Amino acid sequence: MGLVFALLGAAAAVFLAGAGSAIGVGIAGQSAAGVVTEDPSKFAKVLIMQLLPGTQGIYGLLVGFLTLSSIGLLGGNAADISTATGLLILAACLPIGIVGLISGIYQGKTSAAAIGIVARKPEQFGKAMLFPAMVETYAILALLISILAVTAIPV
Amino acid sequence: MAVMKMKRVNICALRKHRKRILEALQHMGVMEIEVVKDDSMDRIETAPQKAVFERRKREAEQALEILDEYAPVKKGMFDSLNGKREIKKPDIDRVVNSAENIMSICESVRQSKESITNAQGRILSIKSELEALEPWLPCDIPMDYEGTLRTDISFGTVPASVTEEILDEAVKDWTAYYEIVSRDKNTKYLILVSLKECSEELNAKMRKLGFAKPAVTVRGTPAEHSKRLMSEQNGLNDKINELTKKIQSFASRRGDIEAVSDYYGVRAEKYGVLGTLMHTGKTFFITGYVPEKYAEGLRRTMEESFDAAAEVSDCGDDAPAELENSEFASSFEPVLESYGLPKKNEFDPSAIMGAFYVFLFGLMLSDAAYGLIISAACFFVLKKFGNISDGMRKSLRMFMYCGLSTLFWGVMFGGYFGDAVTVIAKTFFNKDIEIPALWFVPLKDPMRLLIYSMLFGLIHLFTGLGLKGYMYLRDKDVKGFVCDVLSWFMLLIGLLLILMQSSIYASLAGNALVLGSFASMAAKVMAAAGALIILFTAGRSSKNIGKRLAKGAYSLYDITSWLSDLLSYSRLLALGLATGVIAQVINQMGAMAGNGALEIAVFVIVFVVGHIFNLAINLLGAYVHTNRLQYVEFFGKFYEGGGRKFNPFRENTDFVKIKED
Repeated sequence: MGLVFALLGAAAAVFLAGAGSAIGVGIAGQSAAGVVTEDPSKFAKVLIMQLLPGTQGIYGLLVGFLTLSSIGLLGGNAADISTATGLLILAACLPIGIVGLISGIYQGKTSAAAIGIVARKPEQFGKAMLFPAMVETYAILALLISILAVTAIPV
Repeated sequence: MAVMKMKRVNICALRKHRKRILEALQHMGVMEIEVVKDDSMDRIETAPQKAVFERRKREAEQALEILDEYAPVKKGMFDSLNGKREIKKPDIDRVVNSAENIMSICESVRQSKESITNAQGRILSIKSELEALEPWLPCDIPMDYEGTLRTDISFGTVPASVTEEILDEAVKDWTAYYEIVSRDKNTKYLILVSLKECSEELNAKMRKLGFAKPAVTVRGTPAEHSKRLMSEQNGLNDKINELTKKIQSFASRRGDIEAVSDYYGVRAEKYGVLGTLMHTGKTFFITGYVPEKYAEGLRRTMEESFDAAAEVSDCGDDAPAELENSEFASSFEPVLESYGLPKKNEFDPSAIMGAFYVFLFGLMLSDAAYGLIISAACFFVLKKFGNISDGMRKSLRMFMYCGLSTLFWGVMFGGYFGDAVTVIAKTFFNKDIEIPALWFVPLKDPMRLLIYSMLFGLIHLFTGLGLKGYMYLRDKDVKGFVCDVLSWFMLLIGLLLILMQSSIYASLAGNALVLGSFASMAAKVMAAAGALIILFTAGRSSKNIGKRLAKGAYSLYDITSWLSDLLSYSRLLALGLATGVIAQVINQMGAMAGNGALEIAVFVIVFVVGHIFNLAINLLGAYVHTNRLQYVEFFGKFYEGGGRKFNPFRENTDFVKIKED
């Protein structure tokens, strides 16, 4: 039974954070496409901005992978986990999942706005990139706790 | 590691030399001309000439666009790295002398294009005319034929809903006859013949039914008209081909047109500056900023070549900023400029920031193979394309250094395409090889990397605070140094020492710091002293003791921002782990196929695609987050930026770079 919860945790980390990134990158991508209709030379800059919200999905993948490998599913020998441990692992995966979802969406919106800066003033690219990066701080903090928690749970 | 020292240069010279002096200044490109707002003197009227040159530049640019459309040059992927074409003085002189000739070529190109566009438009309208004509083709009488002595003939359409019965009904009361030429889904195409006496009433009746004149005016029979249109169309197509060939024949002069476009652009700018200069009857005056190292040379040139009076003096507070650095530090100037150039009282932190930038970047990307690829690629591009623009050269150098740092940390942490070596050995050779990390493997001991990340972060932050202290001391503000910098150092270090003895720290790092009772007490005292200094002096600008203490307490609250800054560095752990884990995932996915010839191919594909993806994503992440750490955590301690960039009056060209011989 514990294995179910543990896998649920790994899955939640991946699908929640991944969804957040997908939505975020999608929002930013619409904005980027709009800029390129007017000025194709800005393509590389707006592409980089669009990619910024993508990291939450990667962090989710990271935690998912760490979880799967710590419960032994990847190696082929699934460990025998008690329900309590399984729930512990589920809880440990939640920070990156939920924060990844929400911060991914909002980072996408911020990225779209930052693409607006680049559209009008392409030389301010450096400053514009910082706004979405600020949102990512919280995803990183959540990733940190998830990693620490998952690696600390004895399996 | 410096902002170039700026000097102000004033030049006064005879008006007859003004154009040559400006050309010399433009060519030297070392002086930023300041437009002085002084209405007491006259300005030279240059707007009309400037407009002429700008218009010619536009015409040349239009011609180039048209040439690009009809005779495009095959651009390789790396052509943008080639930079501007170098051109020697004799060539530029030849271009200038034949400028009129080149401009008339541009005019030819433009007119040809205009004719082509007109012809294309006419072809389109012919096409629609032919389409409208099609239903009438079966009609074998000329459609401009109005009738005989006693009859009227008219042509027109009725809606399809008007059936032949209705038409029969309509004409039966009069001596009239209709013939349906053709019909389609929506319309019937009719010829109507009637005696002149009945025509008016018949037409009225028909109009009520929806009889309308044909959509197209036809001369002669529709077949004749159609033939005429088609031959016109052919003629136009031939003309278009001819004009296209003519445009393409000019493609060989593209280089000259580019050069002349630049020439007019440079002249337009010169006239723009000329229009801002103050002058008297026989002299004119120009003033601006010049970096100190060029100032003396400029002054001598002015005096010797043009008999002008030039003086160099110190400049005031709003001098523009230009950076001058060693090769290493200059690679980071674009990062600094993105944030903001130093203000008057600030210094240029490029070198220190550069050192930390490289260090932190490598920590975040931390894979030896990736680092090697990045630095090798940058090195190769730098060597091969000697003519790259300055900004791109600096960025490439920066990434090269960052690649070397990545290589270093990769070796430290044992990452070579992640755990590729182990996976390949296991899957394909059934051996257990593991390249040992020089330091430790982060995945096995993440807490240790966390502590070290915080440590590196602390060094970064303290360096920032220390630089602020340096600025105070440089300005001889000892009081500021003690109250704003020393106090915080005392508080922070004291707090750190206290914290490191606690059990919280022990659970993270493994063991707590053990200090003797004296040292422990000293730490507490230091922290308290620091806090008190801040409490009492942070608000020292206020006279009111209440306000002063309140401001002090609020400043103490900044301790939370220090905490959040420190925690921010945990991203070093996060990003470093991310690269390694994703690399492992890719290796694992590739190895899942197993051993065997086909499986090896699968592995190679997954390996290449996956690692390129991983490299790209984490490179972007490392770049963004390293920038953020510099801008927010580091600069936030001591640097404001906001200086104005030095913008010298120089030859701004798009295509060519004039080479001194």
